[in-house]
Amino acid sequence: MSKFNKKKSGDLPAISTASLPDIVFMLLFFFMVATVMRDTTLKIKNELPSADQIEKLDKKDLIMYIYIGQPSERFQSQYGKESRIQLNDKFADVSDVQAFIAAERASKREELIPFLTTALKVDKDANMGLVGDVKQELRKANALKINYTTKKGDISANKK
Amino acid sequence: MAKRSAPEVNAGSMADIAFLLLIFFLVTTTIETDTGLSRKLPPIEENEEDVIIKQKNIFTVLINGKDQLLVEDELMELKNLRKAAIEFLDNGGGTGEDACSYCKGKKNPASSDNPDKAIISLKNERETTYSTYISVQNELVAAYNELRDRRAQELYGITFKDMEANYDNVNWVGNKSKLKEQIEKIKLEYPQKLSEVQQ
Repeated sequence: MSKFNKKKSGDLPAISTASLPDIVFMLLFFFMVATVMRDTTLKIKNELPSADQIEKLDKKDLIMYIYIGQPSERFQSQYGKESRIQLNDKFADVSDVQAFIAAERASKREELIPFLTTALKVDKDANMGLVGDVKQELRKANALKINYTTKKGDISANKK
Repeated sequence: MAKRSAPEVNAGSMADIAFLLLIFFLVTTTIETDTGLSRKLPPIEENEEDVIIKQKNIFTVLINGKDQLLVEDELMELKNLRKAAIEFLDNGGGTGEDACSYCKGKKNPASSDNPDKAIISLKNERETTYSTYISVQNELVAAYNELRDRRAQELYGITFKDMEANYDNVNWVGNKSKLKEQIEKIKLEYPQKLSEVQQ
């Protein structure tokens, strides 16, 4: 007769954790899909300003990125605190911009070259002097489509 | 002996493995910003002749090294810039051939003739900070967008922004070539003439 009074112990049943992997996997897939692997390591401070009249950039492969900002702390002893340009993975000079554009163009198919856009990712504390120099170089290289990359937000966030 | 079922694999550590992967992706994720203000730089060309533009058709904005704003030779707060730019662009002070039938401005003869002639000239110094520059660019683009929105609302009962969104939307039902025409018409009525002076 012990068959019938087996479950008579008064303990609470343990909560089943069998669905935990499912939940975790769901989160995992979300992050895997949302992740964009950075292809360049930033060596500079890059806090973007905010703007609200923005347009979305599509066609990720048709964008050339130019980063400008103050070197991050571990590079300051070597490069100083003045804003610098970063192209790909290394610090560059204004005179390197044209070569960079040429190299980027060479790596793309010919019919796509007119659609290339230069995204300027400039730190909000950088001076316009350097940005103006870069813009002048871009004009010389005939890369006229540019995009000032900004966060979406009110411009009041730009004040110090 | 009876048929023995295969022993069940213990799946208890599956959660741990999944957590490990999850944490890895959480840490490496950077939500990349891919939005911004799109602009076109003027091409370099040998200026054979200087185009003569009437002073009244130019709206000068100067940002100095201390991030102060000088609009038409007067100090101005950033928050008033958008309104001033709209007033200038929408003035429509021209007469005869230059008259502007759709402008709602004050028709001040000392200000711009029509939106097609009106040029905003933006000048900055080397010491200007980038964030101020972006704020000013943003306000000026906003002035154009506001005027275009208003015009589109009048003509087609829809904002310009929505028209462009519809044009890019593949699921939108409607005549795209007609929409394109309407967008072009508004762009022609309020062209973005924003010139940046190189130092």
